[in-house]
Amino acid sequence: MAAASASESRVNLNMLLFYVFLILFVLVSVAPLLWVFKMSIITKSELFASPPTILPNSPTGASYGTIFGDSSFQRALINSTIIAGVTTVICLFFGSIAAYAIARLRFRFKSIVMTLILAISFFPHVAIIAPLFIQFRQIGIIDTYWAAIVPDIVFALPLTIWILVSFFRELPVDLEEAAKVDGATTIQAFRKVIVPLAAPGVFTTAILTFIFAWNEFLFANTFLFDDRTQPVTVVIPNFATVYTVDYGAQAAAAVVVTVPLVILVLLFQRRIVSGLTAGAVKG
Amino acid sequence: MAEVTMEEVSKIYGEDVLAVDSMSLDIKDGEFVVFVGPSGCGKSTALRMIAGLEDISKGKVFIGDNVVNDLPPRERDVAMVFQNYALYPHMNVRENMGFALKLRKMSKDEINRRVEEAARILSIERFLDRKPKALSGGQRQRVALGRALVREPKAFLMDEPLSNLDAKLRVQMRTEIAKLHNRIGTTTIYVTHDQTEAMTMADRIVVLKDGIVQQVASPQQMYEHPVNVFVAGFIGSPAMNFIRARLEKENGGYAVTFGQTRISLSREVIGKSEGLGQYAGKEVVLGIRPEHIEDASLTEITSDSDCVTVTPQVIESMGSEKYLYFGMDKEMAAHLESLEKLTEGEGEGADQGGAEGSGSADDFGELMVARVSAESQARIDRSLKLAVDASKIRLFDPETEKAII
Repeated sequence: MAAASASESRVNLNMLLFYVFLILFVLVSVAPLLWVFKMSIITKSELFASPPTILPNSPTGASYGTIFGDSSFQRALINSTIIAGVTTVICLFFGSIAAYAIARLRFRFKSIVMTLILAISFFPHVAIIAPLFIQFRQIGIIDTYWAAIVPDIVFALPLTIWILVSFFRELPVDLEEAAKVDGATTIQAFRKVIVPLAAPGVFTTAILTFIFAWNEFLFANTFLFDDRTQPVTVVIPNFATVYTVDYGAQAAAAVVVTVPLVILVLLFQRRIVSGLTAGAVKG
Repeated sequence: MAEVTMEEVSKIYGEDVLAVDSMSLDIKDGEFVVFVGPSGCGKSTALRMIAGLEDISKGKVFIGDNVVNDLPPRERDVAMVFQNYALYPHMNVRENMGFALKLRKMSKDEINRRVEEAARILSIERFLDRKPKALSGGQRQRVALGRALVREPKAFLMDEPLSNLDAKLRVQMRTEIAKLHNRIGTTTIYVTHDQTEAMTMADRIVVLKDGIVQQVASPQQMYEHPVNVFVAGFIGSPAMNFIRARLEKENGGYAVTFGQTRISLSREVIGKSEGLGQYAGKEVVLGIRPEHIEDASLTEITSDSDCVTVTPQVIESMGSEKYLYFGMDKEMAAHLESLEKLTEGEGEGADQGGAEGSGSADDFGELMVARVSAESQARIDRSLKLAVDASKIRLFDPETEKAII
């Protein structure tokens, strides 16, 4: 009896420690986010209080009022959505076709091709900004969405392809062969069998690409001068004038910008995690 | 339903890797043909060329009267069952089975009718609305069969469909597939590495080794008259024993001798072979199946020269019979290259490492097996006499390994 209860209390202690560390870990991870959120709901005087308050004294929505009252911020949210959305769609379209070919077809120099694709993302963004600016001006796409979308695609596509290749490789070839013998064309097999099965992988990739494009700052800031096309990442610093910085508004904007991503991930999490391929083949 | 014909079909990978070497075969309408051989013998490749999943490097494949070499799989009208089932995981059983029909733009009613009929035949009606992951291995295999069945194709192609099932289920499904074939009568090509499946299901067996067809024959023919050492050793379980022996002339007939043993060949055995004379006085490989060796004390043969005296090292009692494993003198044990290949292939399908397989081949490679009646009083390490059924003896050329008789 004594031994049993001793081991039981050890189990309880282990569980307790587990949860203590879990909570600590989560707190440390989300602390910056929580801090920004706190900054966004306190008054200006509290913002500069010393020592700083841990919990907000008198929560206020003033900062949110400021940013949503600002028409250029609303416009920027839409711009961000368009830029990140178009980037994601184009990346997924070309990425999935390329990744499917790389994963399935037998051809020479495959690993070199893969390395070259990855090498594109090795390029320091800053290094190519000047030549890109000149080129974009010649083509005449400065101050259009394309000035942000094109470089975003270039740098997001390697990521997209690499993730999708590893995903397509996991899918059993037998399923495609079964579909072909069943009477499907290559396109039908891809559309009706491969794509639905690859959905979790495609969603994962889509979210990562979207986040990449959504958070991109350098290209947008360099190529977009007009607030009709500028995304939020460029607009947020504008809540500062020569004399004052509205930290509260910036914090509120940061929160607003992060929320869509969190919602996206939560929405698709189940699709990402679900083992859709379970039961396709044995083992 | 249709005939399937292969004309000098070869599969060459890269420059010079011959996976299938000019295979020719006429499969009759409604026939059940089994391709069997050790791993890497080209049996699956041959099947996949018929299905259209592999290009044909040389030769022609006919389905019905048409050359199908350049047709994609979907235009060949064959259905295939895969080793790992290959069910579409995002579709339920009904959709899985109806997928091919839907692609053919068949009416909903007709699809439902066919799917339900196939489900009834395979007794999987209860599972029609389930996803594959909610099914057991045996049920999944039935769905895979059902998916082929609803197509009413010209031919069924089955690529080791039972090797993922456990032993008991495998035997059960084996009978069911055989029953199904009797009922539907569609031409079926079935690939397996398991000679028991080949023997029990086939109308005709095709034994392949290194991409080359060794023999095409009915199971009984294959068992009684293997054309070479490889086929003899591959078909039958436990495998045939091989002994180095000498062929001698004996008052008008022939006898084989090894050690102290001298077995006269009966007229019925000799009668079939013309070329026996040229081997007189020469070495031959004698093949005898375990089931044709009996404990001499349970037979009428008692004279020493007709018997082999052996010392069993291992005795396995199967209840209905006993397997005696005994060694032979080194010089008598026939070391045959093609048989080494055979023991290598035994691990196929299971997860055994190759090293393990070859290790046991070394230890037991020279052990012979006799399958004697359960009444035998044989004891380990106690010598006893075994009688060989002389009418069942096969002889092979030690060089070419081809059957002499």
